[in-house]
Amino acid sequence: MPKSLFDKIWEAHVVKAAPGGLDIVYIDRHLIHEVTSPQAFDELEARDLPLFRPARILATADHNVPTRNQHLPIAEQLSRSQVDKLTANCTKYGVELYGLGHARQGIVHVIGPELGLTLPGTTIVCGDSHTSTHGAFGAVAFGIGTSQVAQVMATQCLLLSRPRRMRITVDGELQPGVTAKDLILYVIAQLGTGGATGYFVEYAGSAVRGLSMEGRMTVCNMSIEMGARGGLIAPDETTFAYVEGRPYAPKEAAWDQAVAYWQTLYSDEDTVFDAEHRFDAAAIPPMITYGTNPGMGIALNGHIPSEVPAGEADSFDKSLQYMGFQRGESLLGKEINYVFIGSCTNSRIEDLRAVAAYVRGKQKAGHVEAIIVPGSKQVEQQAIAEGLDRILAEAGFELREPGCSACLAMNEDKIPAGAYCVATSNRNFEGRQGPGSRTLLASPLVAAITAVQGRIVDITQYLN
Amino acid sequence: MEKFQTLHSAAVPLPLENIDTDQIIPARFLKATTREGFGENLFRDWRFDADGTPKPDFVLNNPAYDGQILLAGKNFGCGSSREHAAWALYDAGFRVVISSYFADIFRGNALNTGLLPLQVTDAELARLFALAEKDGDTQFVVNLPEQTLHVPATGESFHFDIDAYKKECLMNGYDDIDYLVSQKPAIEAYESNRTWSW
Ligand code: SF4
Repeated sequence: MPKSLFDKIWEAHVVKAAPGGLDIVYIDRHLIHEVTSPQAFDELEARDLPLFRPARILATADHNVPTRNQHLPIAEQLSRSQVDKLTANCTKYGVELYGLGHARQGIVHVIGPELGLTLPGTTIVCGDSHTSTHGAFGAVAFGIGTSQVAQVMATQCLLLSRPRRMRITVDGELQPGVTAKDLILYVIAQLGTGGATGYFVEYAGSAVRGLSMEGRMTVCNMSIEMGARGGLIAPDETTFAYVEGRPYAPKEAAWDQAVAYWQTLYSDEDTVFDAEHRFDAAAIPPMITYGTNPGMGIALNGHIPSEVPAGEADSFDKSLQYMGFQRGESLLGKEINYVFIGSCTNSRIEDLRAVAAYVRGKQKAGHVEAIIVPGSKQVEQQAIAEGLDRILAEAGFELREPGCSACLAMNEDKIPAGAYCVATSNRNFEGRQGPGSRTLLASPLVAAITAVQGRIVDITQYLN
Repeated sequence: MEKFQTLHSAAVPLPLENIDTDQIIPARFLKATTREGFGENLFRDWRFDADGTPKPDFVLNNPAYDGQILLAGKNFGCGSSREHAAWALYDAGFRVVISSYFADIFRGNALNTGLLPLQVTDAELARLFALAEKDGDTQFVVNLPEQTLHVPATGESFHFDIDAYKKECLMNGYDDIDYLVSQKPAIEAYESNRTWSW
């Protein structure tokens, strides 16, 4: 019987079937960070359980860390104690930690791939919903809660029911100025914020194949924003070329053996999916969100819907009221106060290059504060090596040190109440970037152009 | 985890859709390293002004409504994987959340916390909202063994589905970790049978 990519990987990881139709699924890689791990370590301790496979865990500090002066002790006491707790736990249990100041520190979903820890055919979990990012490599990767973090620590396994499978095919060519971020914002706007709940999504089609690994990560990253358990893309030559030679990637004979196996990882022809959606890449415009969930997206030069289904009207209007927008309105010309380029969605070197390429020789608008937070120490160093830091500084953009930063505003990088921020991150929930903050999600290119223009513009007229 | 069998309670209606985990517990309150105390900041920015004054128009501040059941619009708990969202609801005294749709990770986290995510149809949810909003004292009876939600005042009864294994766990206060630890021999056998190790 033909099998989907997802099923091939899942079945290779089933330790055994459990009662009630569940599977015991083996987890190859467990990524942890300071916010969702402390209570899990406590649980091990309370139950007097050893950490089962420390070598399969990697830790970093990202959610809570400052993005300035990382060489100094963290000023904010609660953040510091959470990061200290992670360090103490990792030391006690023998877990590799790329903490603050380490050359490999960064956002957990940025460092996994760049270190070659994220490999095709593996299962990867983290106490963070954007673990779906790693699916770009043809891995089954998904976010888990802290109780499950403890389960994986104790047994390297989870008890799971197999999700349904959905395929989203995007064929054709993307228009100039349209990026992976626009592609996924478009798909989420079509399916809605709960449109893939209960499913694991495979992205396919020539437009997806044509994306770089970084673009594929952006797409898979946002799978959770339509409710999907995760998203994945079949590995191919693009994947293998990206992975080869990275620190944790298999070497020599093991590499050849790995690639031979990875080449078998695709959905067989005639695989029947539980749900299928198809989109034409050429129809995808540059996108932006106007509301308070990532499904509330429109073409940059489009209009906020004026009609919504009756049952949804209250939530819809509450959202517009929060954002200070009206039904039927266009966003063009709206003044913006902040531009945030960062997060596990768009903080990789290609994102920084795209921003630098646009802003080179230009100036950000005087009233806009523009922050760029690289996804990792390695991205930061690469940007400096390429001279992007100077280009960005000359244009008035501040290049910070790595972390989640204003994506969730756990550190001091907060957008003030009422202010508008065009952000390359993945969530525009109420207060996500600080109490009262108003977030408009977009691509790094749209963010860069917005920073220079100081307001929302139809970018097709401003492309270099 | 505490056992859950039946619950008699009034319900607090929050008729909004897509209530995300950032609303349930904003990220800036995730700095604690223990599980307790999150209830204080449940729905923080809907419940309180910036200076900490309760907002009178938010339902949790309305003395007409009280209870251990939260009634919420569809796609409840979307967004992040933070189990803190389930802990905050539990810590604030809720034992059941009723909605017509739950985000996957939230559903799992709730079950692992001892909080029952009770899913009904859209039409049933609309009916429950009508009952709870009309009279904040309306009692609801959640019976997990029988998988029913009963309204004594009107005689109405609604059936709900729940995974048989999870039902067992909730009724007995078991969690997955006990079961998984008991399976270690099988897990070790799986590891040694694998042909690849990266
Ligand atoms: S960058 Fe944002 S979305 Fe990504 S892991 Fe950090 S907080 Fe989560």
